[in-house]
Amino acid sequence: MNGQSGFSTKATPEHVDELGRHLRRLVLKTIAGSSSGHPGGSLSATEILIALYFRVMSHDPANPGWQDRDRFVLSKGHCTPILYSVLSECGYFPTEELVTFRTINSRLQGHAHTMVPGVDASTGSLGQGLSIGLGMALAGRLGNKDYKTYVLLGDGECDEGQIWEAAMAAAHYKVGNLVAVIDRNRIQNDRFTSEAMEIEPLEDKWRAFGWNVVQVDGHDVGDLCDALNSASLNQDTPLVVIANTVKGKGVTFMENNPDFHGRAPNEQELSDALAELSG
Amino acid sequence: MLQSTRETYGKTLVSLGEEQPEIVVLGGDLNKSTVVNLFAQKFPERFFDFGPAEQNIVSAAVGFASCGKIPFVSTFAVFGTGRAYDQLRVGVAQGGLNVKLVLTHAGITVGEDGMSAQAIEDIALISAMPGFTVVVPSDSVETEWAVREAAAIDGPVYIRLSRGATPVVHSGKEDTFRIGKAEVMRDGYDATIVACGVMVAIAHEAADMLSEKGIYVRILNMHTLAPIDTDAIVSAARDTGVIITAEEHFVRGGLNSIVAQELGAHYPVPLEMVALDSYGESGKPDQLIEKYGLGAGKIVEAVEKGITRKTG
Repeated sequence: MNGQSGFSTKATPEHVDELGRHLRRLVLKTIAGSSSGHPGGSLSATEILIALYFRVMSHDPANPGWQDRDRFVLSKGHCTPILYSVLSECGYFPTEELVTFRTINSRLQGHAHTMVPGVDASTGSLGQGLSIGLGMALAGRLGNKDYKTYVLLGDGECDEGQIWEAAMAAAHYKVGNLVAVIDRNRIQNDRFTSEAMEIEPLEDKWRAFGWNVVQVDGHDVGDLCDALNSASLNQDTPLVVIANTVKGKGVTFMENNPDFHGRAPNEQELSDALAELSG
Repeated sequence: MLQSTRETYGKTLVSLGEEQPEIVVLGGDLNKSTVVNLFAQKFPERFFDFGPAEQNIVSAAVGFASCGKIPFVSTFAVFGTGRAYDQLRVGVAQGGLNVKLVLTHAGITVGEDGMSAQAIEDIALISAMPGFTVVVPSDSVETEWAVREAAAIDGPVYIRLSRGATPVVHSGKEDTFRIGKAEVMRDGYDATIVACGVMVAIAHEAADMLSEKGIYVRILNMHTLAPIDTDAIVSAARDTGVIITAEEHFVRGGLNSIVAQELGAHYPVPLEMVALDSYGESGKPDQLIEKYGLGAGKIVEAVEKGITRKTG
């Protein structure tokens, strides 16, 4: 069932806070191993993945191929540092492996690939994950399985037309076992989403496509869990959770800073960041 | 006798659907044309029409396959390859997933719809991805064999079908069909015509014309382009000394390119080609075959030219 980590059964805010700091430290050390990777969107998505992997999803690190598990698709496939950190924390593979991220002969590929235990879909080219999740959800319904499929989208990723193809199809097929989460951190690769491509009114767009929409503070694990669990209340309509987050959350000089979308911290920056996260 | 390969595909899919409950079919608002509407009628709960949204169709197939289903994706060749290429690349090929891409209306014989609808680059696109099996059946008999084998393989397969009915060049009694194993349909020692798809029947026409001139050719039906049957190509080169490829595809990246690569690596002999060197246009299929240089007469010319280049 749930993640095997000692954190998984502890619901107190203090434990969630410490888990968040711990995972953020892992994210930065993971990126530092190859001086390559995307810190900003990993730090913004940390609580989203905590809520999913340590609270909401049924999964079994000892049996990654368990057919009845809930599925997770990292559609913003560049945010592997947080996904791999969470998977290792759950016990899918040893934490020591994280430093091999993006290095030769490692299975920890720069973008998500199913060769990594616990990764349910290969991604990396934006826009494909919601459609993959749609297929997983329909396959589950066809097989009378009661698992759910969760897809993490970036807000900049919503520029991709395929997201809206999938959104339309999910509502048409009444795929109530599909949940999308948008990491609404307001920054994409080059700059702020409002400058690159305005996607507001985002909630209205999803409603117009036939989805239930919930907006939450994407750094509040309790609120995220409430929103994610509300999916079971309505089996005919897919749910999107717009998680309002801060890019680079937890490291002051990375927060809300487009420079850290895809840049690894240098030695001094890493040291400063780890110091800030050590509390 | 003419028979439609896409109709055979549609019927075969229904039969396979009864045998294999894991099969699901994904269409894109062209389901009468691709004849997967037969499957939809028989197994409505296992059929999903996503409208003309090919990116979504292919990625959804990835999701189905990752959950143990066997998705067959069917639309026109031009949309199912080019329009969803990135989804095929990252999701299907790099994921090594069990997705079957059976696309119809390939090549210029689409006819009146014109160049935008005529896929002449699809073989190049799909065979450029590691791990994809690529099959171009020559007739309805071979189509049924190919579709059945594709369902049995665990991995990505592309099957390329045409719009029009094509001459049946198999009796149905042959039991030698195997994906990846080329078929010697006629033997001769003056030259070898390596053909695939609709060009196999035209190669037979050409061979008849050549035999009247005292030239006897081998016809190698190269129904599988990936993985390629190197041994059959090398044997043909060794036995006949010259190869002529015939394909309804752009000259680069298709059958000729693949055969040239094998010859260069293993057994260099003169190589001639019958293939498209430009996009097509609207017209009747037989008019297009003639105008764009794919007729039996062109194969005869290529064979005769190739023979003059033989050494020894």
